[in-house]
Amino acid sequence: MRVTRTSSAASIAVIVGTIILIALIAAPWWAGRADMRLLGEIFLYLALASLWNLMAGYAGLVSVGQQAYVGFGGYMLFALTIFGGLPPLVAIAGAGVLGALIAVPVALLIFRLRGAYFAIGTWVMAEVFRLIFAQVSALGGGSGSSLPVDIVRSMAEGRDAREALSYWLALGIAVVVIAAVYLYLRSRQGLALTAIRDNELAAASLGIDIWRTKFVVYVVTGALTAMVGALIFLQKLRISPDAAFSVNDWTAFVIFIVVIGGIGTIEGPIIGTLVFFALRETLSDLGTVYLMVLGLVAIIVMLKAPKGIWGLVRARFDLQLFPLGYRVIQNKTDKD
Amino acid sequence: MPSILQLNGLTKSFGAVTVADDLSCDLEQGEALGIIGPNGAGKTTMFNLITGTLAPNAGSIRFQGQDVTSLSAARRCRAGMARSFQVPQPFSGMTVFENAMIAATQAAGLSGRAAETLCLDVLEQTELMNKANTLAGGLTLLNRKRLELTRALCAKPKLLMLDEIAGGLTENECVSLVRTIKEIHASGVSIIWIEHVVHALISVVDRLIVIDFGRKIADGEPKAIMKSAEVQEIYLGIAIDD
Repeated sequence: MRVTRTSSAASIAVIVGTIILIALIAAPWWAGRADMRLLGEIFLYLALASLWNLMAGYAGLVSVGQQAYVGFGGYMLFALTIFGGLPPLVAIAGAGVLGALIAVPVALLIFRLRGAYFAIGTWVMAEVFRLIFAQVSALGGGSGSSLPVDIVRSMAEGRDAREALSYWLALGIAVVVIAAVYLYLRSRQGLALTAIRDNELAAASLGIDIWRTKFVVYVVTGALTAMVGALIFLQKLRISPDAAFSVNDWTAFVIFIVVIGGIGTIEGPIIGTLVFFALRETLSDLGTVYLMVLGLVAIIVMLKAPKGIWGLVRARFDLQLFPLGYRVIQNKTDKD
Repeated sequence: MPSILQLNGLTKSFGAVTVADDLSCDLEQGEALGIIGPNGAGKTTMFNLITGTLAPNAGSIRFQGQDVTSLSAARRCRAGMARSFQVPQPFSGMTVFENAMIAATQAAGLSGRAAETLCLDVLEQTELMNKANTLAGGLTLLNRKRLELTRALCAKPKLLMLDEIAGGLTENECVSLVRTIKEIHASGVSIIWIEHVVHALISVVDRLIVIDFGRKIADGEPKAIMKSAEVQEIYLGIAIDD
């Protein structure tokens, strides 16, 4: 009798994943500038979706206010580079640290709320963030500001090098986020989190501190979301309160991605991101019809496949590309 | 014998309804205590108070000499209390083995091979090994009850609390369950067992208490208790096998 945590599908996924990753790292040598921009955006959305999925799909924390951390991270990038004189790369890390620090008091406040009230609370919190940053005249107040040219130039010599660097940063954060989520969910704390997802009463009776587990997830998610936010606005080079704290861009689309792909799985956000960008790139010229199609797709998936596209695949083929669980393998001889 | 659990004047009411009324009780190290009483008498409430799922309005709980009245359910579990639920509460989306692993890692604080080995041993003992890779949500009632026991055992408890674990089982299933619980008791674990299947209960426990309307109305040697007039009145129609 032995216990294993891998599968042959997962071993194949590692090989295929490594090949894709190498090809993506090499993109600056084979892709055009527009393609790299699109890929960069895909990676940042992938990171946001994986983080939202960790919170909503595993910790049961359905937040519609993650734009608070995206916007906060973006503004911290601007503030730390312009007023702090920090290099942009250091400022991105700084945005993560500050994101964690700000997440602590926010969590203490909104963790008093449950279910739908929690969701509304997170949204109100994001609006508070937006209103506060709209008051900071040093950062352009309500109309926003641009990242000064010398700070942009300080990143790398020449435009191609800067584009490549910002592409690699986006790819890097997506890989870091997915790896972090995977390793966390495989760890002892991740096992506790999955237990909480299934049954809070039993989890508490088996020694799991529910509040603390959720709190850690919320703070870490806040930190990483702030870093993604900093990267988003490093690409955009311009920030304003409405763009930074947009519920549509940073939460509604992200929820769409996770729900379509399959909430509560690591694979789901990856599939969902690909579907979302495929739809956007083919339909966005249609204007408002594009949003209606998105809504329609969301409704159909929720009715026909409540566990998302990956949920369908997994139910049919018992497939896990990121194996989190345990399998007991019984030897023939000691079966009876 | 030092006592492992001391309940002192535990009282709990929901509005006008008193579900625990000045409950006091001592459990010795290694003792097996049975609890009986009619439906709605407050037996499960007593479990919820002991394990910390509910907070009492008055009274105190000492576990291994320490006052645990204000500790959370999770802390009490890590201190060595484990329970099974009357209505099974599986982690439905996880396999039987993973359910066991939750208890071994979170409650018993084990990791890696040590946790896996404990889970495999307990699954063998509770006869769930052939379901190790089955999702807990798809188990039959008997196997859900076995899973409750499995998880409680994987928590490596000093005090094991069983809530109607034999209810709804067939005679044969009940016999194998009693055998397992006797083994656990023999290994030195203290047990509190709520059960309506009285013959199964008194074949294991050293002492029996009777609860009605949240009050303890009898406490003593199982067979003597079952013969007392008060219990006969409550349990009119329930025969005991000697």
